[in-house]
Amino acid sequence: MNIAKPNSYRSGPDDRGHFGNFGGRFVAETLMPLILDLEKAYTAAKADPAFQGAMNGYLKNYVGRPSPLYFAERLTEHLGGAKIYLKREELNHTGSHKVNNVLGQIMLARRMGKKRIIAETGAGQHGVATATLCARFGLECVVYMGAVDVERQQPNVIRMEMLGAKVVPVQSGTRTLKDAMNEALRDWVTNVHNTFYCIGTVAGPHPYPTLVRDFQSIIGNETKTQMQEIEGRLPDSLVACIGGGSNAMGLFHPFLDDPSVEIFGVEAAGHGLTQLHAASIAGGRPGVLHGNRTYLLMDADGQIQDAHSISAGLDYPGIGPEHSWLHEVGRVNYLSATDDEALAAFQLLSKLEGIIPALEPAHAIAKVMELAPKRPRDHLMVVNLSGRGDKDVPQVGDILRGKSK
Amino acid sequence: MITRIDTRFAELKKQGRAAFVTYVMAGDPDPATSLEIVKALSKSGSDVIELGIPFTDPMADGPSIQAAGLRALKVGMTLKKTLDLVRDFRKDDNLTPLVLMGYYNPIYIYGVDKFLADAKTSGVDGLIIVDLPPEEDDELCIPALRAGLNFIRLATPTTDDKRLPAVLANTSGFVYYVSIAGITGAAAADANVVGEAVARIKRHTKLPICVGFGIRTPEAARAIAEKADGSVVGTALVDALKNSLDAEGRATAKTVNAVAELTAALAQGVKGAQQAAE
Ligand SMILES: Cc1ncc(COP(=O)(O)O)c(C=O)c1O
Repeated sequence: MNIAKPNSYRSGPDDRGHFGNFGGRFVAETLMPLILDLEKAYTAAKADPAFQGAMNGYLKNYVGRPSPLYFAERLTEHLGGAKIYLKREELNHTGSHKVNNVLGQIMLARRMGKKRIIAETGAGQHGVATATLCARFGLECVVYMGAVDVERQQPNVIRMEMLGAKVVPVQSGTRTLKDAMNEALRDWVTNVHNTFYCIGTVAGPHPYPTLVRDFQSIIGNETKTQMQEIEGRLPDSLVACIGGGSNAMGLFHPFLDDPSVEIFGVEAAGHGLTQLHAASIAGGRPGVLHGNRTYLLMDADGQIQDAHSISAGLDYPGIGPEHSWLHEVGRVNYLSATDDEALAAFQLLSKLEGIIPALEPAHAIAKVMELAPKRPRDHLMVVNLSGRGDKDVPQVGDILRGKSK
Repeated sequence: MITRIDTRFAELKKQGRAAFVTYVMAGDPDPATSLEIVKALSKSGSDVIELGIPFTDPMADGPSIQAAGLRALKVGMTLKKTLDLVRDFRKDDNLTPLVLMGYYNPIYIYGVDKFLADAKTSGVDGLIIVDLPPEEDDELCIPALRAGLNFIRLATPTTDDKRLPAVLANTSGFVYYVSIAGITGAAAADANVVGEAVARIKRHTKLPICVGFGIRTPEAARAIAEKADGSVVGTALVDALKNSLDAEGRATAKTVNAVAELTAALAQGVKGAQQAAE
């Protein structure tokens, strides 16, 4: 394929929300006026120093930013290649990167005068972040979660309820994240006048992929500054896991125009790419769902197929549209890791560094285990440690006990 | 270009009555029964038929229509078989306008140009694609108009006067006014509120305006038909179909009749309505 290389990888999307052939606004008419309002409100907020100032205050004192860039010395020694740094998003309040985006969207919702917030969640991290900020600002919060995920992410369901949110188990379809998103869209269509839909990743209709990316770009911007301070130069490679792709976009975006930086996104290969998995780029093709055109898992008739991953946060049959574009223009390399590889990485990081990662970034660590040994010792590799594993402790505990029996 | 839809609305206008528009899901509960149901709709008084294209993720539909789509997919319904169904229906009905309603992805995957050509030769008259707003007109709306198919757009309570011209610009056949901000199968809107909305849209277009979402009974269909150019009923018919199925979700001897009887009763309601003088 011959796709023209752009002058900048950072200028997208165009004014209709397209990243190349991807993105756009494929939603019911009822939602269009609201989406256009949101775009206007976001453009105004971005240019407003008061909004930026207030956000920076909460990022520092409520979220706990900047998150550290930590040299993982024992992991580096163990793998015997690249120098591995962990961007510690798991130290944020609520335990993952999701809070960066939610803070931004909730502040936008307040600016727009919306009192009721809805969200969809897979692993529950986005739901917990949303419930947290709704509690902080006194807003009504309803979180849609697939019934399967309600089962496997119990600790987060309990947390959301403690924070005052209403968690609605979704029984339709595959009862996972995609169905939670359908249900949230149905709620939004029904309650469009007073409700703000807080989307958890860089997907959905324009302007969501852009505004979520912008709110998450703090991860990459901090990494750039921190790496300059520690090593006096740019990193050589970046690695992040991909569900919808928000923690990855946040780390990658500030580096897209630095050609010396190799970039790797890691999708969930589940039981393997020829079986049940959630790797939309490796195993899907372009289609239209949830308001945008992007790579999707589907059958020959365009029906959406079930995704599978051990990690509820990666269990989605699509990916954000900007990733689809970065894949087609060849700027980012998309790899995948299986359930078993992620479990092995989960255990390795816990034992070597005393950091229990969420199952999602364990997928990124799994690929670091392959990539790092092949790189020289002066190669600087940054992995986005997007969340901590507390929520996964019961699930992984069951699996490991089952295996040792 | 004059389509079956244009012809039908011109006839109804001469008769001084509103249209009765029905919706069922293609392939529900199986392709053969579905064909019989569509034939029964036109024989029982449906003036325009909307046929749903099954899709796994119908984000603007309620539980009834969502379940209907899954029933159809389970017995192997596809977009191609939906077009086959239309072709079979056309063998003995060349007059009743038929509109396909659904979501964009199956069409995008089928291939837009091939789909439009096949839809036209199958006897489809128009398209209602829920997730293609005017902002994405280049995708399907403009090519459909060029291929001689009507592209029917939804207008909703959130579509204000400022936005209406954009929504109406490339719309043809009729305008589908969604009477509530919500999903299919939700509560009905007040006929007087709908009347005001229809009057507002009429200031922007000469196209007929049909109203749907939430209409379930002959009385409600009649009340809407007094205010608009057509009443659309979907979920109530899909529910009647579902209630006639056996425990495994298969058609029974009652299925076709259950839909036909409700259709006849609703058609009676619409035909009794006095339309407001324009
Ligand atoms: C810790 C963590 N990392 C990653 C993800 C995947 O989302 P995204 O790809 O948007 O970062 C999730 C989603 O729930 C998560 O909880």
